[in-house]
Amino acid sequence: MAVRAGRRVADVVAFTFATAATLFGLVWLAWILWTTLRQGAAALTPSLFTQMTPPPGTSGGLLNAFYGSAAMILLGVVIGAPIGVAAGTYLAEHGRYTRLATIVSFMNDILLSAPSIVIGLFIYQLVVRTAGHFSGYAGALALAMILLPIVVRTTEESLRLVPDQMREAGFALGLPRWRVTRQILYKAALSAILTGVLLGVARIAGETAPLLFTALNNQFWSSSLNAPLANVPVVIFQYAMSPYDEWHALAWAGAFVLMAFVLILNILVRLLARKGNQ
Amino acid sequence: MNASAAQSTELGPAARRSGAGADRLFQLITAVAAWFVLLLLGGAALSMAWGGRLAFQTFGWHFITARDWDAVGGKFGAFVPIYGTLVTSAIALIIAVPVSIGIALFLTDIAPRWSRGPIAIAIELLAAIPSIIYGMWGLFVFAPFMATHVEPWLTTHFASKPLIGPLFDGPPIGIGMLTAGIVLGIMVIPFIAAVAREVFSAVPAPLRESAVALGSTRWEILSRVTLPYTRSAIIGAIFLGLGRALGETMAVTFVLGNAHDLSISLLMPSNSIAAAIANEFTEADTDLYRSSLIALGFLLFVVTFIVLTIAKLLLLRVNRQLGRTN
Repeated sequence: MAVRAGRRVADVVAFTFATAATLFGLVWLAWILWTTLRQGAAALTPSLFTQMTPPPGTSGGLLNAFYGSAAMILLGVVIGAPIGVAAGTYLAEHGRYTRLATIVSFMNDILLSAPSIVIGLFIYQLVVRTAGHFSGYAGALALAMILLPIVVRTTEESLRLVPDQMREAGFALGLPRWRVTRQILYKAALSAILTGVLLGVARIAGETAPLLFTALNNQFWSSSLNAPLANVPVVIFQYAMSPYDEWHALAWAGAFVLMAFVLILNILVRLLARKGNQ
Repeated sequence: MNASAAQSTELGPAARRSGAGADRLFQLITAVAAWFVLLLLGGAALSMAWGGRLAFQTFGWHFITARDWDAVGGKFGAFVPIYGTLVTSAIALIIAVPVSIGIALFLTDIAPRWSRGPIAIAIELLAAIPSIIYGMWGLFVFAPFMATHVEPWLTTHFASKPLIGPLFDGPPIGIGMLTAGIVLGIMVIPFIAAVAREVFSAVPAPLRESAVALGSTRWEILSRVTLPYTRSAIIGAIFLGLGRALGETMAVTFVLGNAHDLSISLLMPSNSIAAAIANEFTEADTDLYRSSLIALGFLLFVVTFIVLTIAKLLLLRVNRQLGRTN
């Protein structure tokens, strides 16, 4: 009987622990969301979207940072997504079962988890040092390099989910392989590939470390990508680390907008994926 | 109708030829893109090694073992950031591993079926929150919380204990290795939990059912069937989490304090490789300083590469066992 009671106690303890662990995880999420929501909502003003980042002690907005982030994300997607889709196509279709595809698929997963600060250093060495100055282009390249492995991975996975009958049907019609890929497989996998790109956008929108020494920052309005460019994450970093209350408030407002963007994109992607599955 | 059919048969061979050419071109484009991924990874490693060569040449092995980081005197030893990186990552894993396994167990065995999807998504969202927001929250909310509620308690209860005492002996300032480790742990949970949940639910039902038939409690099923069966995947997931923790930058930069003094106490500010680079790179005014920071980046890259390779190999093996090709 004693052994049996001991076993039952162990069972109850383990399952209380599992429940507590889940609550533990959810509490952090709620705490972080609540903090950002409260602090960010208090700091939201219309001028956030109409004025430039201010010098210390005065009020202002984040217009130049929003513009810079949007420009770099857009350029990052334009550079990273096509290369990613092409590489993913090689892994799933044209190079399937080749040694190159196996190695690339493996290395891509490592690039996917590689420290983003190292990617920032790499682009610094490659672009900033060569060009002699920080620039929005360098920032966009760093973001593209983070987006790339995400798109490669999702493209490969979503192409593999397309049933072989569709390929065979295409070949039976006499279509060359590239047209099967382009006109049949891409169409079938389109929503899944788009989902991957959107997830990638959500990821690069909040990336700070790779922009610190590529795009740097810019306190003033600058539309040129060939110069240091303001961007939301680095502005948040600098303002949060500063001793000024006005800057802290702006940092929270920026964090709020960033968080809302990232979470809405993530939830949207999941809803789309679920719809696709049904 | 007939005419067009005849035409297409006439054009057949030519179309096929141009199709073959286009096929080769398409194949080439995709192969180049695939090579490009390898090129980026190799290029990053080479450029770090090249950028750090001045530091490696100047200091040799002392770069890793020396403790002094003196920008004015031009002496750079990376021991403190390396130590800080390892300690914070260790704290992160100590927290994240049991919690992640608990979450996976909850989601596969305990939670009502309707609630599993939403809870899993909520845990995944922990990974979606940008690390800069973890950092801000850590600096403004969590560090003060640690300083007022947790750290004084730790000091009064543990500082006088033998062996572990020095770890908890320090001023309760909130910023330090313990706080950074906890924040890292939260950030790593979703990565480990996702893999653990996936492999837990892939345990063959007959295996679990036979354990049930033998009269096992649910705890015994976990500890004697599920965990042994999924061991390599769980270890793989832990390495994946470790890889993330080692390289995480912004959250750690906010709450670690950028101190270059070695201290045993977990309550003291310290430094990590990633945080040192993020804090100091734009201020590095000499070639040797900049090179030392890039050399740090090289070390981080090599270590995370090894850790992630181990993770990936373990997870690949599991996938093969489960009969998946990918």
